[in-house]
Amino acid sequence: MTFTATMIVFALVGALAFVGSIFTVRSSKLVHAVLWLGVTLGMTAILFVQLGAPFLAGIQLLLYVGGVMTLMIFGVLLTKRDGDSELKTEEPSRERGALIALAVFAVLAGTIWLGRDALQRTAVPSLGTGWLGTSLLTRHLVAFEALSALLLAAMIGAIVIARRRDPDQPSEPKES
Amino acid sequence: MTLTTCLILSAALFSVGLYGLLTRRHAVGILLSIEVMANAANLNFVAFAHYGGASWGQAFALFVLGLTVAEVAIGLALVMLLFRSHKDVLVDLANAFKH
Repeated sequence: MTFTATMIVFALVGALAFVGSIFTVRSSKLVHAVLWLGVTLGMTAILFVQLGAPFLAGIQLLLYVGGVMTLMIFGVLLTKRDGDSELKTEEPSRERGALIALAVFAVLAGTIWLGRDALQRTAVPSLGTGWLGTSLLTRHLVAFEALSALLLAAMIGAIVIARRRDPDQPSEPKES
Repeated sequence: MTLTTCLILSAALFSVGLYGLLTRRHAVGILLSIEVMANAANLNFVAFAHYGGASWGQAFALFVLGLTVAEVAIGLALVMLLFRSHKDVLVDLANAFKH
């Protein structure tokens, strides 16, 4: 088996994504965790390019690394407690979590390994971003419109949930 | 780089996210773990689109991206609500929303 440049890049990027995800879930400072999530998502964007989806890679960088991460950092900083910022994680739950995650990984990897003969596929050339756009507006039109409605609903919902309701002042101001 | 290695990497990322989901007690940390899991699922979609000839894979990945963004917006709004009422964001406190 010869090691091509593609394989080396895949191995490096995949390893970085994995390490980033580990730090995302283990880092005791949440700001660091958010930044490590950015590493994972950025590495995944590189994998997307390798897998023939450059448009998705760009969207991933714009939307996640640009938008979601900024939101998350705001979320972390705005909810900072006065005392220590250390996360209190119960040790037993940590061990149980590791056990469950390892079991799930074993099942997934075992299934993939058992079906590896069926998974021997050669890469199909990508249909391109133009085709993706066309399919979004023809074949997946209903899903596309549903997604836009969902985003609108999520926006309104987020505003309603996070709106400041002062308990001291009743919602209907009375005449004094 | 084959379909199998992509799927294995994705499974590993998903398991790490699941670990975070089970062990984090801070609400933003749980959101981060969910992002890792959704990202792993997306990687699967794109890999199948590339190798399996599942041409809808990329469109589906795009939908997953939109869904997770909506989820983050709602999740962070809930975090703000939790913080405002309790001055803390450990998810154990979310029980208080029940009444």
